[in-house]
Amino acid sequence: MTFTPIDKAARATPPAMARRIRGLSDRTIAWIFVAPSIFLLLAVNIFPLIWTIRLSFTNFRVNRPNNDVEWVGLRNYQRILTDEGTWATMQATAHFLIWTIVLQVLIGFALAFLINKKFRGNDLWTTIIVFPMMLSPAVVGNFWTFLYQPQIGLFNYVVAFFTGADPASFSMIGDVMLAPWAIVIADTWMWTPFVMLICLAGLRSIPNSIYEAAECDRASKWRQFWTITIPMVLPFLMLAVLFRGIENFKMFDLVVQLTGGGPGNTTTLTSIDLKREAFEKWRTGYSSAYAVILFVTVFGLASIYVKALNKVKER
Amino acid sequence: MTKKLTYSVAAIALAAASGAAHAEDLTLCWAAWDPANALVELSKTFEQESGHTMRFEFVPWPNFADRMLNELNSGGQLCDLMIGDSQWIGGAAENGQYVKLNDFFAAESIDMADFIPATVTGYAEWPKGTPNYWALPAFGDVVGWTYRKDWFERPEIQADFKQKYGRALGAPATLEELKDIAQFFQGREIDGTTVYGAAIYTERGSEGITMGVMNALYNYGFEYENPEKSYDLPGFVNSAGAIAGLEFYKELYDTATPPGSSNWYMGENIDAYKSGQVALQMNFAFIWPGVEADPNVGGGKSGYFPNPAGPAGHFAQLGGQGISVVAASKKQDAALEYIKWFAQPEVQEQWWQSGGYSALRAVVEDPGFAGSQPYAQTFLDSMAIVKDFWAEPAYASLLLTMQDRVHNYVIAGNGTAQEALDGLVEDWTEVFEDEGKL
Amino acid sequence: MSFSVTDPTPRTKWFAGLAVALYALITLMPLLWIIATGFKSPADSIAYPPKMVFQPTLEGYVNLFTTRTRIKEADLANLPPADTWYDRIVREQGQIIAGPSRYGERFMNSVIIGFGSTALCMILGTAAAYAFSRFRVPLKDDLLFFILSTRMMPPIAVAIPIFLMFRNLGLNDTHIGMILLYTAVNLSLSVWLLKGFIDEIPVEYEEAALIDGYTRFQAFCKVVLPQAATGIASTAIFCLIFAWNEYAFAVLLTSGTAQTAPPFIPTIIGVGGKDWPAVAAGATIFLVPVMVFTILLRKHLLRGITFGAVRK
Repeated sequence: MTFTPIDKAARATPPAMARRIRGLSDRTIAWIFVAPSIFLLLAVNIFPLIWTIRLSFTNFRVNRPNNDVEWVGLRNYQRILTDEGTWATMQATAHFLIWTIVLQVLIGFALAFLINKKFRGNDLWTTIIVFPMMLSPAVVGNFWTFLYQPQIGLFNYVVAFFTGADPASFSMIGDVMLAPWAIVIADTWMWTPFVMLICLAGLRSIPNSIYEAAECDRASKWRQFWTITIPMVLPFLMLAVLFRGIENFKMFDLVVQLTGGGPGNTTTLTSIDLKREAFEKWRTGYSSAYAVILFVTVFGLASIYVKALNKVKER
Repeated sequence: MTKKLTYSVAAIALAAASGAAHAEDLTLCWAAWDPANALVELSKTFEQESGHTMRFEFVPWPNFADRMLNELNSGGQLCDLMIGDSQWIGGAAENGQYVKLNDFFAAESIDMADFIPATVTGYAEWPKGTPNYWALPAFGDVVGWTYRKDWFERPEIQADFKQKYGRALGAPATLEELKDIAQFFQGREIDGTTVYGAAIYTERGSEGITMGVMNALYNYGFEYENPEKSYDLPGFVNSAGAIAGLEFYKELYDTATPPGSSNWYMGENIDAYKSGQVALQMNFAFIWPGVEADPNVGGGKSGYFPNPAGPAGHFAQLGGQGISVVAASKKQDAALEYIKWFAQPEVQEQWWQSGGYSALRAVVEDPGFAGSQPYAQTFLDSMAIVKDFWAEPAYASLLLTMQDRVHNYVIAGNGTAQEALDGLVEDWTEVFEDEGKL
Repeated sequence: MSFSVTDPTPRTKWFAGLAVALYALITLMPLLWIIATGFKSPADSIAYPPKMVFQPTLEGYVNLFTTRTRIKEADLANLPPADTWYDRIVREQGQIIAGPSRYGERFMNSVIIGFGSTALCMILGTAAAYAFSRFRVPLKDDLLFFILSTRMMPPIAVAIPIFLMFRNLGLNDTHIGMILLYTAVNLSLSVWLLKGFIDEIPVEYEEAALIDGYTRFQAFCKVVLPQAATGIASTAIFCLIFAWNEYAFAVLLTSGTAQTAPPFIPTIIGVGGKDWPAVAAGATIFLVPVMVFTILLRKHLLRGITFGAVRK
């Protein structure tokens, strides 16, 4: 990913000499080293994917071993793409995805920026802040239902303490307007530290000499921030966005524990919908088509994004 | 190395051979809840008598169906005995996942007429109404109501209620009365805290809101299908009565339940009731022994009543399970032995004593039964009016679409009751078409 | 630290420290609430309104590790006196211990599967990363992108065929099946991270070793591995956090024998309803190993998270 001097050195070495140094067995070693990983990935990732694609053209159901399996062509795809429910879950996912990323990037960057001021004990506080991301998302979701209970939970009482509102006057997961935010808050609580760590790494990668040079040029702090800090941290930020994007597109455990997809379908994200089709209704063919559509979507978006990321890094 | 391997293979073979002849290691699968703990205690007698060892795999309710159906569908051999939910029976029978018990019952002279008729229909038969048995009724359960008798008995509250509604405060006879009482308690100050009316089922993820709303729908005139013609839904599922029933449930949710009770099922309702948030709670009968034993609400502070009648009938949602032998099990003989042991009247009597709702008529029709526990009479009355959800092989699809439609209307407040039930007819029709039944 | 014009002023530092500490306190509240709930009695855990001050008890922890049955008061009185402190705690709730709970087993499953898959992943990942870093592997770029892309699949999307495949191979609900699965899921991240670290180790070291008569494999073991140790450690943190906490595959593919703790913890049921203190106790204990692991390796966390893009 980064251009290291070794890469350059390796490239500069004439092939003939390189071959002599490495010896004949290198080729074998290379294969021995790479093959197990490739094999495992083929077996656990690619083979199932191909199988999924195949199943997506059938009406197969895992729980009906006695039924005939028929080829239904593109009917599964057609049914999914014309189903309003699918688009509603896509919208819910988009809302979740966009807002978690925006909040986590803003808060995460701000925290990293502050921690990078190197005040005393910043190491300790960094470690403390990181704790939430070590919890199991399923457990987090489960506990936040508890925290969000207006009568016995903590959240409403804290909000009431700061705003003076009646704790019984609102319900984070029962209200259609608030529920999408309830899952955003819980996820942001959990994963902001991750974004913060990446940003912090980015900030620390900026050599001090650049700022020193800027000071000599009498550039204001504000100007330094926009012309040095932000551009230098941008590749790191984009990396954070990529990871959170991929992870939250797949989001399942936290939300399913927190709201069960409700109220109505307000927080039914695509993964939750897919799980219902695949493992509760057991419509294997249909859900395979659904899975393929999701995979193509995330793969497509990620590819475009990675290209953009590489462009930013090359600048 | 080779020698060692041979030995261990021989040892395994030996163990397997001897195991088949003598003691088996049986695994019983059920939900993780109070009755299951009682069954563990009860089963110790079986272990002593038979020499078999019992292992238990209990899965909590929210994941029970997922996990166990997964197990059955994948032909897993984890469970030898399954106490599966009543709705699974169609699928398990048609896909050959349970062992058919007719011959066994005949050989051991176990007569289904000895069990409460509703439980036989609900837990054992497939197709319904035919003498094809796939389970032995194991645990009778039904939705009923618990109320704070200590609050109901306070003179100032009684007087206030009388003044407002012109009748005495007591266990309601109709759903309308129940709504009045719940609304009466909603937001009331009792001992310095604000309390609310009723905790009702609203859970989205598995089966919660359906198990709750059915108690209103049935009694306002909802029917699953045309009694004359199977799978004929329009006009029955979305009849005028059914719509009124759904509207009733929404009004109850909007005006008489605690804030934030938008995703509640058995556990949350228990929590709300025990912590003194609500005057009434809807829940399955299995919780009643636990309520009686609770330091805060037990010991006579609570009363029980069956689901009240509505304008079009008097029913309650059936819960409960039958015990079946899993077809994939290699220890079917020992598993049948367990069922034979479990069906004995003395064991069933003990089962009731330890908190399990026996479905054996000899136990529940005993003259002393009704007085044996404060909730015993309510249990009997409730079991007399039960109705169950679809038990079709496609029940999960039927259930999930209903969860979706009902939650969307009652909790999220989208659309009208008419639209919700019309939509449900559409969804169910599609499911039955996919099944080739329409 | 030497003085520099770019060093923040003491006032800035003071303000930054205060702001971060404030955030840390707010963010810790839910976590502390979970830990505190573990020490409440079941009645206090659902108290309305919530209790900030309560009588701490170990009931939650005892309940977490046992299954219990409620018995009649008369029978309870007839029992011989309780001989252990945990027996006493259970009796006070009007119950007796029926046996151990499944939590211990589930926790051990998590240890076996979490650490097993992390170890396997490190072995396979380091080897593959080394090969990608040092050798001309045919179609190298394509293979690397292929490896990364496997990370993008929603677990539910591939769960159906994996479920079918595992069923056919008899891997459903087995430790080895879950170890292989988590290894595969983590492998993409590991290879990427580790390649970054190995790229940084000067190739001259190995060449010197080769000239000294080491074989390539010896050079890898004796020269590269020690140099890459910190990178491997920081990669291991992320693999472990994932494998330790994974829920979707665990809930779908495991049941009786190989189930890990995450699907189990939220569903711990006590006598008469959900046992929140036990759930909280389970979550707290479950947090400890990965927390200790992270604190021990925290110096490498920053480097790990950025694919080794930050220089030392």
